[in-house]
Amino acid sequence: MLDVTGLGHAFGANQVFTDISLTVNEGELVCIVGPSGCGKSTLLRSISGLMTPKSGEILLHGQPVRGKVPGDLAVVFQDYSRSLYPWLTAAGNVEFPLKRLKLTTAERKERVREALEWVGLADAGKKRPRQMSGGMQQRVAIARALAYRPALMLMDEPFASVDAQTRFELEDLLLRVRREHDCTVLLVTHDIDESVYLGDRVVVLSRPPATVAADMKVELPAQRDQIKTRASEAFVSLRSEVARLLHGSGNSEENETEAAEE
Amino acid sequence: MTATAERSVAPATTEAPRPRRPLPLRLLIGFLRHWLLFIVLILLWQWYTVGDEDPYFPPPTEIVGKMHDLWFSGPAWHLWLTQDAIDNVLPSIGRLLGGWAIASVIGVLLGMAIGRSPVLRDFVNPLVSFLRAVPAPLLLPVFMIIFKFGLAMQVATIAFGVVWPVLLNTADGAASVDKTQVDTARSFRIPRLQWLFGVVLPASLPKILSGLRIGLGLSLVLMVVSELVGTTNGIGYELLNAQQSFENAALWAGVVLIGILGNVLNGLLMLVERRALAWHGANSREKE
Repeated sequence: MLDVTGLGHAFGANQVFTDISLTVNEGELVCIVGPSGCGKSTLLRSISGLMTPKSGEILLHGQPVRGKVPGDLAVVFQDYSRSLYPWLTAAGNVEFPLKRLKLTTAERKERVREALEWVGLADAGKKRPRQMSGGMQQRVAIARALAYRPALMLMDEPFASVDAQTRFELEDLLLRVRREHDCTVLLVTHDIDESVYLGDRVVVLSRPPATVAADMKVELPAQRDQIKTRASEAFVSLRSEVARLLHGSGNSEENETEAAEE
Repeated sequence: MTATAERSVAPATTEAPRPRRPLPLRLLIGFLRHWLLFIVLILLWQWYTVGDEDPYFPPPTEIVGKMHDLWFSGPAWHLWLTQDAIDNVLPSIGRLLGGWAIASVIGVLLGMAIGRSPVLRDFVNPLVSFLRAVPAPLLLPVFMIIFKFGLAMQVATIAFGVVWPVLLNTADGAASVDKTQVDTARSFRIPRLQWLFGVVLPASLPKILSGLRIGLGLSLVLMVVSELVGTTNGIGYELLNAQQSFENAALWAGVVLIGILGNVLNGLLMLVERRALAWHGANSREKE
């Protein structure tokens, strides 16, 4: 469904990534994991069409994406508090992008109600973002993307700004929602555990200038559990393999500059 | 060590709160805190002026009496407004609100365009900074030539003065829409009009409203000034008339009326602001 070939981008003389190629098939959840500063967000912005990369090609359903966001694509940003519109209620935020779609009012309202129900916020439709916790706000942002019925959902570090407990909840929420409603998701994260826990496949990026260091299939059962899955042997070996790919290569000096950037 | 420190602090927090004063007393204290200085100054003025008969400084009681006679002693079915009030005060308020409203619409629309388009901003910036430096009253003669005497000239003067603070504040607000909010709208392909009125407008609303409030104060000034030249009615006209016929109480009555008018209009706008910005951080802090 999504085919990225030879993608590269540089800010001035600073090459962030080169020759990135990856595919996402229908119904898959693919995680991109990489060290900070390797251009994960830039990569996602390029794929979404929010910006135009210097080189390479992005095809969504065979159609090139270049500087314009495809109509059947939704993005969930890391910073939910600034991605939601504070003057709209939760329901208003979910409804906002649906207004340009050719739906009757009843259909639109139904989609809003449904999407809020999927993320467990059936009763919070009238609340404004400020009256909600971070986790709830990110649920609204996810509901907004789901109600839009995108062919592909892009998520840019969606759970990086919530506390650990909420993060587990939201990860399971994402897994449940995509299983029940057959979403195709491309998710970017810096968290190795998260990428392995969530993904059907994990694409590991190397240190900048980043390239694809590995594209691994996650051989874990579809039904995952925060405690059992994370304790399983398959999970542990996968996560240490990803960690080796991320941190194993390169010398310690580079590691330090990377830490400083973070 | 820390444990003992905590223990010694704890009783202070568990202590029963100080009993609150009864409600009437609290209301009285609150009232005095806001109005005591004002009341004392009025009383001083009264006490000072009632003794000697200075014709230029009539006592407050006389001014209030004059206001009542001039404007508020009409029949009940006119809401107690006199014919004089209907002929002079209402037209003034009409001009003020008309000029302000026209300037607000123009200022907000142009401001949003300028705020969102860097090219347009560079294009019109020198013109805007030149025009806004021109005091609106100076343009009265120009507007008199263009519009002749009367309503259009006054409304144009008010609108010219008010449009700049509204425009500049709106442009400022529109230019600083959060980047993630912009990206969100782009990623959902929000159409142009929905983007402007559904995102840019509400996002700039705090700034717009503060521009409108500055504009409202200006429009009061410009209303009076425009009525001092070239009209046959209005509060400004009445003021000028009273001054020329040495009716000092009526002169002061006009000044007081304008002061009250300014306060009432500002208060109303602040009510609107509070409602419109209920979602905004500055006004909803107590909910967190």
